[in-house]
Amino acid sequence: MKHLLSINDLGAEGIDEVCRLADHFTEVSQRPIPKVPALRGKTVAMLFYEDSTRTRLSFEVAARRLSADVMGFSVSASSVNKGESVRDTVATVSAMGPDAIVVRHRSAGVPQQTAAWTHASVINAGDGWHEHPTQALLDCYTIRDRLGSVAGRRIVIVGDIKHSRVARSCVMAFTALGAKVTLVAPPTLLPPEVGSWPVDISFSLDAVLSDCDVVYGLRVQKERQSEALLPSLREYTAQWGLTVARAARLHPDALVMHPGPVNRGVEIAPEVLDQPNATLNEQVRHGVAVRMAVLYLLLAADPDLRPEGAGT
Amino acid sequence: MSTVIKGGLVIDQTGERNADVVVEDGRVVAVGPDLSGDEVLDASGCVVAPGFVDIHAHLRQPGAEEAETIETGSWAAVRGGYSAVVAMPNTNPPIDCAAVVQEVLALGRLAPCDVYTSGAITVGRKGEQLAPMAEMAALGVRLFTDDGRGVQEAGLMRRAMEYAAGLGVVLAQHCEVDSLAVGGHMHEGEWSSRLGIPGVPAEAEELMVMRDIALSRFTGAPIHFQHLSTRGSIAMVRAAREAGVEVTAEAATHHFTLTDEACASYDPVFKVNPPLRPADDRDAVREGLSDGAVDAIATDHAPHSPDTKEMPFDQAPPGMLGLETALALALTELNLPLAEVVGLLSWQPAAIAGLKGVHGAPIAPGGSANLCVFDPNETWTVDPAALASRSRNTPYAGRQVRGRVRHTIVGGRPVLVDQEMRP
Repeated sequence: MKHLLSINDLGAEGIDEVCRLADHFTEVSQRPIPKVPALRGKTVAMLFYEDSTRTRLSFEVAARRLSADVMGFSVSASSVNKGESVRDTVATVSAMGPDAIVVRHRSAGVPQQTAAWTHASVINAGDGWHEHPTQALLDCYTIRDRLGSVAGRRIVIVGDIKHSRVARSCVMAFTALGAKVTLVAPPTLLPPEVGSWPVDISFSLDAVLSDCDVVYGLRVQKERQSEALLPSLREYTAQWGLTVARAARLHPDALVMHPGPVNRGVEIAPEVLDQPNATLNEQVRHGVAVRMAVLYLLLAADPDLRPEGAGT
Repeated sequence: MSTVIKGGLVIDQTGERNADVVVEDGRVVAVGPDLSGDEVLDASGCVVAPGFVDIHAHLRQPGAEEAETIETGSWAAVRGGYSAVVAMPNTNPPIDCAAVVQEVLALGRLAPCDVYTSGAITVGRKGEQLAPMAEMAALGVRLFTDDGRGVQEAGLMRRAMEYAAGLGVVLAQHCEVDSLAVGGHMHEGEWSSRLGIPGVPAEAEELMVMRDIALSRFTGAPIHFQHLSTRGSIAMVRAAREAGVEVTAEAATHHFTLTDEACASYDPVFKVNPPLRPADDRDAVREGLSDGAVDAIATDHAPHSPDTKEMPFDQAPPGMLGLETALALALTELNLPLAEVVGLLSWQPAAIAGLKGVHGAPIAPGGSANLCVFDPNETWTVDPAALASRSRNTPYAGRQVRGRVRHTIVGGRPVLVDQEMRP
């Protein structure tokens, strides 16, 4: 596999392989010196056109723990501010010979376009409303870690599905692994033709709450009010927020997940975030191991160099 | 000096016959067997037709000469078999007053085909105030449109139609309700949902078609609908015509050829406005062209320089080239008799643009010598680098198509001979 642009590039087998590799890198991360030489001499370029805390840091830490060099790039301090096009920036970065480019952009499809403009491997770190594959992978890894497997789990994704790249990648990943996914949102926050997605739909969180293994909350942005998609965040929280009362109706082992950054008190009540079945920090922690696995999968071409017990 | 076109099948509005055609001094002088002339153009195996008329071409001049000029766009037209093109007014400055009309027409007089221009309906195409249509009509403008945008305000559109009717000119509408379409970059449906690209629903077009049919019935003024792309739009036009409303409609080549699935490549070469639609809408466009609900094939030729089409999908401008591929796609994609395809490209659009008699006219002695000769069976592969247009944004790169223009004669002058441009 050359690029990771979409969860579809991996399929169920690929997701499993990433998770198995991530098991190994989790162990690496727990060592006193959490570093392996697997990607020594490789260079990973970060091309983040959009603000990011956790994804960018996570990729940087992952690359360094594999001994790869990291080329940073921040839009505000670059030629992008002088009007340089994405294509020209990609050409410039590529000319410095990175082995992988990690791309985040507010427009859907930019990672796919980037892949056509560079010889490097391209990793999609989030493109518009389209996909965020490494987020879905770390979510699969987290569910697998907590519940043993993703297959057969009933996963409720609630929130602004329409504008969410996380939702698109998660739906693909969870269903590929055999989970039953239900999307919950007011119709205005569901994508068009959502009937063609391999999911169930509910407009009511209350109707599905007591019967699920995972509640996955998505960020709801204030701007949705001005677009007439929501009357108010207050009404959103009342109808679709994971309040303390609603959380009490969950099965005791059910997980509460969120990709972050969370609007405390809007999507999920602060008290619920502090409960032991809320996995937000674990998701971030697993993100490093999962991204190490992805970088390793794409860049360590020689299977003989793979760590023992990892991979196929 | 006379030119004879030998050995072709002549097709015009009056029918088909095997005949040679002699042109001299801008006129057809003879049609019949075994004719001769000073220059001989071979037409064996070819159709000899009235030159095509594109009522929807973006020639980009003035303002975006890096994408196309009236000269390069006209050469693209000639290579596509067109003897006339109608320029769209979304230039910079827009073609919304006599001064800009005169500039475009002056540049057009140097072009290898006849260049007509449309004029904007509203000042600056802003949809706020009527443009001086009478002064533009006095210079020969027959088609008025804010193309690229629809006239949003119903009251203003009503007045524009009433005013235009008094001048004997036709309003052409780019049907799109902004409040439904804003922020969208492809058809809203299964593919936009999957790709995470904001969509434009079919209803954005259909609501304005519905409104303008009502306004046409109300005012008695004719209305022409540009680049219709949905099943609903075409059904409404068909019903309106049957009810006696004076409507005409065009379909763009890409709307009967491509579907929204093409956007899965995220290549902005497939971004166009109105957007590529699902297969059912594409089929409805084909049906409309076949049963007469749609009068004309238009190209919506929209050149964009490579750097603007190498942007992220949602940042790239909409539009694709069309002049050099329209005939081939019509022959390849539409299962229609040759004479119907020629009518859709020639006399039917000529009638809408008020060019009847000059373009699309019957090929008979005394008629104007605007002709095109094409081989309906030659297959070829679209190569962006080989296009005459200044831009390269064809969505058909690498596509094998059937039907190729061999000669084009404009005003009696062979400007394309054996596919070679003759400046």
